[in-house]
Amino acid sequence: MMTLAELAYWQSTSLRVVGGFAAVLLMAGTLVYLHLFKLVSFMQSRLGPMETGPYGSLQLLAEVGKFLQKEDIFPRKADRFVFAAAPFVVLMSTFLLVVVVPGGPDAWFIDSDLGIYLAMAVSSVSVIGILMAGWGSANKYSLMGGLRATGQLIAYELPLILAVVGVVIQAGTMNMQGIVLAQADGEIFGWGAIGNPFILTQFVGLVVFLIAMQAELTQSPFDMPVAESELVTGYMTEYSGMRFLLFFIGEFATAGVFSAIAAVLFLGGWYVPGIDSDSNAFNVIGPLVMLGKVVFVSFLVFWARFTFPRFREDQLQRLAWKFLIPIALVNIVATGILKVAF
Amino acid sequence: MTDVSDRQQLSYIAAQAADARVNLEIESEGMTLNLGPQHPATHGTLRIIVRLDGEQVIKADPVMGYMHRGYEKLTEVRSYPQVTALVNRIDWLGSFANEVPFILAAEKLMEVEAPPRAQWIRTLLFEMSRIANVVLFLGDMAVQVGAVTPVFFAFRDREHILNQMEAVTGGRFHPNFDRIGGLKDDLPKGWVDETRQVMKKMRRFCDEIETLVMGNEIFQARTRGIGIIPADVGLSYGLSGANIRGSGVDHDLRRDNPCGLVHDQIDWKVWTHPDGDSFSRFWVRLQEVRESTLMVDQLLSDIPAGPIMAKVPKIIKVPAGEAYVETENPLGAMGYYIVSKGDLVPFRVKIRSASFSNVSITPWLLQGVYVPDIISILGSLYFILGDIDR
Repeated sequence: MMTLAELAYWQSTSLRVVGGFAAVLLMAGTLVYLHLFKLVSFMQSRLGPMETGPYGSLQLLAEVGKFLQKEDIFPRKADRFVFAAAPFVVLMSTFLLVVVVPGGPDAWFIDSDLGIYLAMAVSSVSVIGILMAGWGSANKYSLMGGLRATGQLIAYELPLILAVVGVVIQAGTMNMQGIVLAQADGEIFGWGAIGNPFILTQFVGLVVFLIAMQAELTQSPFDMPVAESELVTGYMTEYSGMRFLLFFIGEFATAGVFSAIAAVLFLGGWYVPGIDSDSNAFNVIGPLVMLGKVVFVSFLVFWARFTFPRFREDQLQRLAWKFLIPIALVNIVATGILKVAF
Repeated sequence: MTDVSDRQQLSYIAAQAADARVNLEIESEGMTLNLGPQHPATHGTLRIIVRLDGEQVIKADPVMGYMHRGYEKLTEVRSYPQVTALVNRIDWLGSFANEVPFILAAEKLMEVEAPPRAQWIRTLLFEMSRIANVVLFLGDMAVQVGAVTPVFFAFRDREHILNQMEAVTGGRFHPNFDRIGGLKDDLPKGWVDETRQVMKKMRRFCDEIETLVMGNEIFQARTRGIGIIPADVGLSYGLSGANIRGSGVDHDLRRDNPCGLVHDQIDWKVWTHPDGDSFSRFWVRLQEVRESTLMVDQLLSDIPAGPIMAKVPKIIKVPAGEAYVETENPLGAMGYYIVSKGDLVPFRVKIRSASFSNVSITPWLLQGVYVPDIISILGSLYFILGDIDR
């Protein structure tokens, strides 16, 4: 069997591009259907879409078709270039994020030793896109939303990175593939049947990561920047048609990619106990295992999103600086000490 | 030709000058944010011009009248029985309650009294429309602070109440059921037992909201200590209903002025909360829904027998005179001042609606708060646009 490395450059690159699009779009579609259409409908005692396809499974295509038909409206005073480019910048950060996530021992986009570091760095690119959208719309609500988003994303970047540090210390590598293998081959006090998923040792880190992730995704209870009931979806107010669709895909794809990163860092990535971690089978079932874990983690995200009211701007800043960052720092220190001790 | 264009030019200049005057008044440093008329938090078409310094409000001016439908004027060309179809639409969530004070005022002028059974059922439907109205507030307030799910529960359970209203009156939103001298019809068979079950469901809904929304730490952080209305300020702005009871004023027209309704014959309690903030207004409303379900249970258990219509002429002519009746409607005190000249139609009807006074406190209340709190405060004041503009 040929591996990716043996293919010509253009072949492997096109495979990766197709894979990247599939990873982002299919994941976003899965999350929208499973969570936004169905999970939330059941939470709110309604059925969700039922008419298009079996159990409304083709509703997504209908929605995409609807958005593509809509007029692409530019506000008269908008900064046209910035306004037009913003959704692409936001989506770009999602695509940059997905490249570090491995789907199997050989199914990866880039195998970088800076993996998680790169992910944390490019995740901030979306801030620029959101600020561009807020500023370019020439709308006061959008501007406020953009500024709120910037403040919030910068504040929560820190606990996010600090939560990752604990994992990196424990795995001894920043390579995402290495982190998966460290969990797959790890042992819990000499018992290695299920490996050592870092959810057990880094539980505090996982909680901090999930909370900070929720804020990075601007999902409720941290959805002050998009706040439908006050800022009328903030920086997205003026967007319509295809550009709104890009924001929408970006929102859910980023939720999926962050869930994937959380799955890699804390839940063992593509590894499931019972199969040898060098087995070729993981190149096939690995992506499916990842998808399952992504659905699980993003379920937590959307569960919280549709349950909680939102924090006020000052309250969410206080949560980040006074609680999450100190907890994450303590976690790092404790992890470091235990790493040296054992 | 030149005349017209000159006139156009002049009117244009006048309009510009008027705009500039408005801008001078409102705009200085900072940003002027136009909250509404099209804004999800304003329940329709209330417009609030907010001057902001950063995210802090310096000045807030509510602009009302975008939904003015001229009901006061329209009543002057409608016969008395026709007016109920109009006033139904004032507070469209608890519409039966709108008819009651008008009918009571007309009855007062005509010096007829509805038979006990009619009064009893009237009170019953009055309280049910209160539940139908305030239940939606309980869900909607959660939406205002960002939780989307409770409002679906509110709509789901409000459906039961609307079904019961429909079974009696034939109308879900606009019953148009009250008549001068009684009611249009009697209760349908089996309705009493069904309604008891519905009241149980509503109490369960209240428990759900209590744990899901009121007990939530984020909800409390967003509403406690926000938008505090001291009792004296609230009274001076003419606040009524749960808004003033949330400030600790023990004022309820159902108990203080029980005209034509039978609230004085049943056992219930007026809820007040001393804090006066957004949370206390929510709390009071939640307790009131619960109290109303208990009231409905009591009312159901001993409805007196008898006719539902007093003896009134076929063609209703109200004798000359003036009458004012105010009742405790879901949104607060609502009153009708009817001036009659002995005609088929009222000479003049003045409608005192609760939301108009409740919203008039916003310039005072919104000073110095942050933008997110504008929304939660407006939500907690609970106005309905039809009730503001009429």
